[in-house]
Amino acid sequence: MAKAGKTLEIRTSPHILSGYSVDTIMFNVVLALLPITAFAVFAFGLAGLLTLSMALASCVLTEHIICRAAGKPTTVGDWSVTITGLLYGLTLPPSLPLWMVAVGGVICVAMGKALFGGLGYNTFNPALVGRAVLQAAFPVAMTSWIPGFGEGRFSSLPSSTLTLPFTEPAIDGITSATPLALWKFSQEATATGDLALGFVSGSAGETSSVLILLGGLYLIARNMMNWRIPVAIFGAVIVFSGALHLVDSARYASPLFMIFSGGLMLGAMFMATDMVGSPMTSRGCYLYGALIGLVTMVIRTWGGLPEGVMYAILLGNAVTPHLDRWTRPTVYGVRGKEAAA
Amino acid sequence: MRPMRLLGLKTFRHGVHPPESKDETSGLAIRQFPFAPLLIVPLVQHMGAPSLPVVEEGQEVQRGQRIARADGFMSVSMHAPASGLVRRIALGPSISGRMVPAVYLEPFPGSTQEVEDGTPCPLDTATPDEIIDAIQDAGVVGLGGAAFPTHVKLKVPEGKFVDTLIINGVECEPFLTTDHRVMLEQSSDIFMGIRYLLKVTGAKKVIIAVEANKPDAAAHLREAFPSDIDGSVEVLQVKYPQGAEKMLFSALLGREVPSGGLPLDIHALCCNVATTAQIGYLLPRGRGIQERVITVTGPAVKRKGNYRIAIGTPLRFLLEHVGVEEDVNRVFLGGPMMGAAASSLEIPITKGTSGVTAFTDSAAERTHSPVYPCIRCSYCVDACPIFLDPSLLGKLAANEEFETMAEEHNLMDCFECGSCSFVCPSHIPLVQQFRAAKAAVRKAKAGAA
Repeated sequence: MAKAGKTLEIRTSPHILSGYSVDTIMFNVVLALLPITAFAVFAFGLAGLLTLSMALASCVLTEHIICRAAGKPTTVGDWSVTITGLLYGLTLPPSLPLWMVAVGGVICVAMGKALFGGLGYNTFNPALVGRAVLQAAFPVAMTSWIPGFGEGRFSSLPSSTLTLPFTEPAIDGITSATPLALWKFSQEATATGDLALGFVSGSAGETSSVLILLGGLYLIARNMMNWRIPVAIFGAVIVFSGALHLVDSARYASPLFMIFSGGLMLGAMFMATDMVGSPMTSRGCYLYGALIGLVTMVIRTWGGLPEGVMYAILLGNAVTPHLDRWTRPTVYGVRGKEAAA
Repeated sequence: MRPMRLLGLKTFRHGVHPPESKDETSGLAIRQFPFAPLLIVPLVQHMGAPSLPVVEEGQEVQRGQRIARADGFMSVSMHAPASGLVRRIALGPSISGRMVPAVYLEPFPGSTQEVEDGTPCPLDTATPDEIIDAIQDAGVVGLGGAAFPTHVKLKVPEGKFVDTLIINGVECEPFLTTDHRVMLEQSSDIFMGIRYLLKVTGAKKVIIAVEANKPDAAAHLREAFPSDIDGSVEVLQVKYPQGAEKMLFSALLGREVPSGGLPLDIHALCCNVATTAQIGYLLPRGRGIQERVITVTGPAVKRKGNYRIAIGTPLRFLLEHVGVEEDVNRVFLGGPMMGAAASSLEIPITKGTSGVTAFTDSAAERTHSPVYPCIRCSYCVDACPIFLDPSLLGKLAANEEFETMAEEHNLMDCFECGSCSFVCPSHIPLVQQFRAAKAAVRKAKAGAA
């Protein structure tokens, strides 16, 4: 060194970085989702595999095509669209016709993400935007469920899966109700053990609460997920359903049932915690989680639908900017300055 | 707000944990560094007015002799770092990138480089004002890096008082171990300096703050603590930027310096431990600063260590002497979190230089990562020690909404610790944008006035 011609690089401090990167965070979320995805395929067989593959492929392709059409380098490599594709697929009924899966996937990325400005600007969780559109467009198909662990699930498909585009899917005789629907429409409780482990019917990836919890704990341990959000959601659900359950345990399900059923676990751990759509302050996260828990319970208890996590999270996304503004901490020294003035 | 405690150790809220990287030098005793064949002593080594030279070109000077005097209260004296010949008084390079007036001094090769004592400032008989003058005469500035003239800070105005003096031995900047070594090797100077500081400020109590990664220094200072001084050694949790004085006041006193105000407003004063040691060493001998302890370190440096180096030693001589790797490509004055990058190796070290850190290409890799959009991960919000919203400020900066940043989002309170940029997984140069924004706001204000 110190020889002539050696150039020194000049940048301003800091000269070191933590080593965390957007793509490493996103990749770790994908890792945390993999066991849940594997379980979905195991529980729902070919139907699960095809639904998840179509969801993933439609999301990733849409992102790639939009980037190319805009003349920009593709952003598929940052792994965020992989998360969207997986989460979207995991929230779908495994027997959903594949053409509907594809339409929803395009909507997730085109409407839910690209339209808002891409990564970092998507006000709403893109996976839920696609799902919400499907829910409104195809209410029957979106609430027809096949039971998990069916005989021959690896060799045959439900007849609805391969329905031709824009035709009415044939719902075959093997549909079964989700635990939430069973409770809502026939006051029938499901054993908590079955709920936690996933031996029930439901959306592809919503059934095994234990795997979802483990994935979430991994991300929390790596500081890639804000634990305050699921804690606040579960807290609100427990308080709300616990109070009602105490009043009338025949009409209102127990808090444990509420936590382990439907999309709550997946939503609370992986969708509400999407960094882009959730508040940045700690107090904001508590309020956001409490709001989501509350709205979920109001829909589940008094709404027309058995499940309300999706709408609750989308509403939470919508109020996030306000929560950030209301909970902004006082800057160091400002109190003292005001006191002196 | 109450001070926060984690694991039984006091600290402030938020902050980050960069790798400490201190192990390679913290155990190495301070060694004397040789003189460069030509020393460049800038007359601006401090915040404030340049010093006025009192020597002429061609004049022979003794080591320790005063070569420039203070120009007004916001200025300090300069002393010859070596016995030698004043070659030139002309512009010289500085870390700011600007050329500044400097004295070019050629040390005598055969000189013993003895330093003669001057007129001492006796602790017992000197008045506070005399001590303040003596500190200014000794050329003392904040050695922690800010290089603010120490005597200015110590002048307590009418109607104000100081109850607690904090001696800052935190050294939270990665790589640097100068304060650590000074605490281990110069405790008597530190306590002498504390006596002067207590007398000047009228403070009743002193707290020496040390981070938990320097248990030997804390233990040594506790053992050596004189019984006639009222105070204690506090061990703080290891966290960056614990050594910022605002963070020390939060952690130790539970007080916040009002926005735009001074530590005096909360009856506290903070002085770096190496500065304190210099005061305690120089004043009884009537001398001035002509050298300082510097950690020379970083992945590119072969013989890392803590060296006592003459002020004005050019980086080129310094690095050639310790040896550096072939692929060195970045040199900072200070550490990697707040240090300034050197644009040339002709730049001399000054009183504010606490370390020289050299990085190689491979060590620099991580800062070449691609920039992603903000994903609102909130890492920066959780890192900012003064509770700003760096994410929002970054978006405003990209839009050049500097006025909004300053008026509505407290931009001017940012002290540029760099924690936000360090944690950002999108690699957005947040603090870098804030520096530019602050400069733009100041310029607009100056233009309007």
